[in-house]
Amino acid sequence: MGDLWSGLTQAFWLVVTLDSELVEIALRSLQVTLGALVVASAIAMPMAAFLAVKRFRFRRPVIALLNALMGLPPVVVGLVVYVVLSRSGPLGALGLLFTPTAMVIAQVIIIVPLIASIAHQSIRDLWQEYHDLLISMNVSQRQKMQTLIWDARRALLTAALAGFGRAIGEVGAIMIVGGNIDHATRVLTTAIALETGKGDFALALALGFVLIGLAITVNLGIHWLGRTEREGRW
Amino acid sequence: MIKALFLAGASIAVGTIAQAGDVMRMAVTTSFHNSGLAEVLLPAIQEDLDLEVQLLVVGTGQAIKLGEAGDVDAILVHSKGAEMKFLEGGYGTHRREIMYNDFVVIGPKADPAGIADDGSAAEALQDIAAAEAAFVSRGDDSGTHKKELSLWSSAGLDVATFGGWYNAVGAGMGAALNTASGMNGYILSDRASWLNFGNKGDLALLYAGDPVLFNQYAYLPVNPEKHPHVKHDLAISLEEWLTSDRAKELIDGYTINGETLFVFNAQQ
Amino acid sequence: MTQMFPVTLSGATARRQGQTLVGPVDLTLDGGGTCVVIGPNGSGKTTLLRLLHGAARLSTGRIDWACDTELAHRAQAFVFQSPVMLRRTVEENLAYPLRIKGEPKKAAHAKARDWAARVGLAGLLNRPAPVLSGGEQQKLALGRALISSPELLFLDEPCAALDGRSMRDIETILTEAKAQGTKLILSTHDMGQARRLADTVVFLLRGKVHEVADAKQFFDEPETAQAKAFLKGDIVE
Repeated sequence: MGDLWSGLTQAFWLVVTLDSELVEIALRSLQVTLGALVVASAIAMPMAAFLAVKRFRFRRPVIALLNALMGLPPVVVGLVVYVVLSRSGPLGALGLLFTPTAMVIAQVIIIVPLIASIAHQSIRDLWQEYHDLLISMNVSQRQKMQTLIWDARRALLTAALAGFGRAIGEVGAIMIVGGNIDHATRVLTTAIALETGKGDFALALALGFVLIGLAITVNLGIHWLGRTEREGRW
Repeated sequence: MIKALFLAGASIAVGTIAQAGDVMRMAVTTSFHNSGLAEVLLPAIQEDLDLEVQLLVVGTGQAIKLGEAGDVDAILVHSKGAEMKFLEGGYGTHRREIMYNDFVVIGPKADPAGIADDGSAAEALQDIAAAEAAFVSRGDDSGTHKKELSLWSSAGLDVATFGGWYNAVGAGMGAALNTASGMNGYILSDRASWLNFGNKGDLALLYAGDPVLFNQYAYLPVNPEKHPHVKHDLAISLEEWLTSDRAKELIDGYTINGETLFVFNAQQ
Repeated sequence: MTQMFPVTLSGATARRQGQTLVGPVDLTLDGGGTCVVIGPNGSGKTTLLRLLHGAARLSTGRIDWACDTELAHRAQAFVFQSPVMLRRTVEENLAYPLRIKGEPKKAAHAKARDWAARVGLAGLLNRPAPVLSGGEQQKLALGRALISSPELLFLDEPCAALDGRSMRDIETILTEAKAQGTKLILSTHDMGQARRLADTVVFLLRGKVHEVADAKQFFDEPETAQAKAFLKGDIVE
């Protein structure tokens, strides 16, 4: 109980005084996660639209696989990305291991299936609604996907937020591929793991509260942005 | 609005790729990092050499692995056997001893196994085994773990035969100390980690001082012949700095709660 | 202008899950004015329209337009019984068919506003289409179908669930479109509407064409007993 309370007060002071180290790792958390989110969305959403409108032989297995990959264990993803990016791995020459880029790559792999699965469900429903009209208008495959993605954008925002939530709180993979290097790849979650390891539960909790606060703020912010859209009424 | 978000996100993603100039990476053990000494040395290195040393804080096993893979430019570890193997494999250019600290046996204040007045580390461990008092082992192939195993065997005991009182947690020093604190058990820790540990609970330092508990840290630059991309020049200038009088002063002068932690013993 | 008429169906059949929905149908439409397809529920009116538009698959037989089939389909539009509303504003719904054909945004939206006025939705430009009333949705669907100036417009029971006023508005729009030269093929089971709009009548029964006739002749002197009974309001199977 004492740790909880001192964690809360410490979190409060860290935030109020804009503790420079806290600001640095919080910003890095945001950078890595938003970067991963943008890349993952750019991959997952067209993929979801494609799976909704295109009939091909392995469509169902692909969708089932995507759903299964939602539960991809981050530690394993981290390990695989690590081995691939390691200097003695196939992409070692790029020198990406222990950089924020490596963390973005790992997170993209973790959240693409999640975003694509959720997005696919809403796009598929919308496609059933639009099917007759778009077919009758001779809309090209590409235009179909664009129309569906645009008109399902509110549902897709939810999918993206789910991805954001998973990525910002993730520690297993980014610890492995980022290395938790101070001033280079340390983010909120890995800092929490570190402080817990040092037995400094109060500071770890304080960082945890900051992390939760950050996640909630970003969620509310995006929701608010979405609602200010005029058509956002259904 | 979505487009604006996208652009913002994209610029952030690009931003993360940017990197600083004179940077090298060194793998160090958790016990070294937990001592807090790095926070004294790194700023001084930055100041004197204009060199940013990025630390990868891992167990000795992984530190060696990172060096073998060429993912770091040098390693600073404390497990002589593993270090020699590393050199034999040609992964490092040479081994330079820098400093030592010591291991201590931590346990519940009540000391149910009665080790506080023992004459040697072996005797202390024998007492713990005889009392079957809860004992937490790192169990993660780290330098500390290897040290613990060698202590058990020199005490004439076989870890494989131990019962439920022996808990190999497979975790770093801090996490293992947390576990020991939680179950009020005995544990072998390096002194620095123990002094810096914030969650001592009912634990106390019960035994220390046997010379076999000394813990030698050595610095090994990764071999550029194996991995041409490693920053060998930077690794060498860091070695020169670590063995300099300036480093000696900082290392010998580093204390926690008035206790000296490290003894500089590099051959200059 | 494509010359899509006359269109000829030869042995055209649509089967789904072992059931024959339509056919075999042998029929030639010369596109003179408005063709109204009537018949009891389940007689295959919707499927016939969809087959003609290429929105349903032929199981056997063929449909030959006077021009290339693809070109013919492109010069057509379809209004569904329950209108499909894009989750956008009225204006954006109207502009959509023009935008996908590559028309610049500004021009497309100017036309959209023009058409909103023509179909009586000028005051609702920025309203999200899915929240419109049934009548408004059907007018929007009609405007969206007509905005790309189709040569042939299919309407599947366009007034099935509408009140009298909306029905009159829609028939007025259809009459105007016809005057501009748009051919109409429309299915209905409202005999009053059929009498008001039809130039040619196709009477379907159990998926087959039972009678094709000039409208006046069909309503005054139907040839078959079933058509007579249907017009009288009897149950026909």
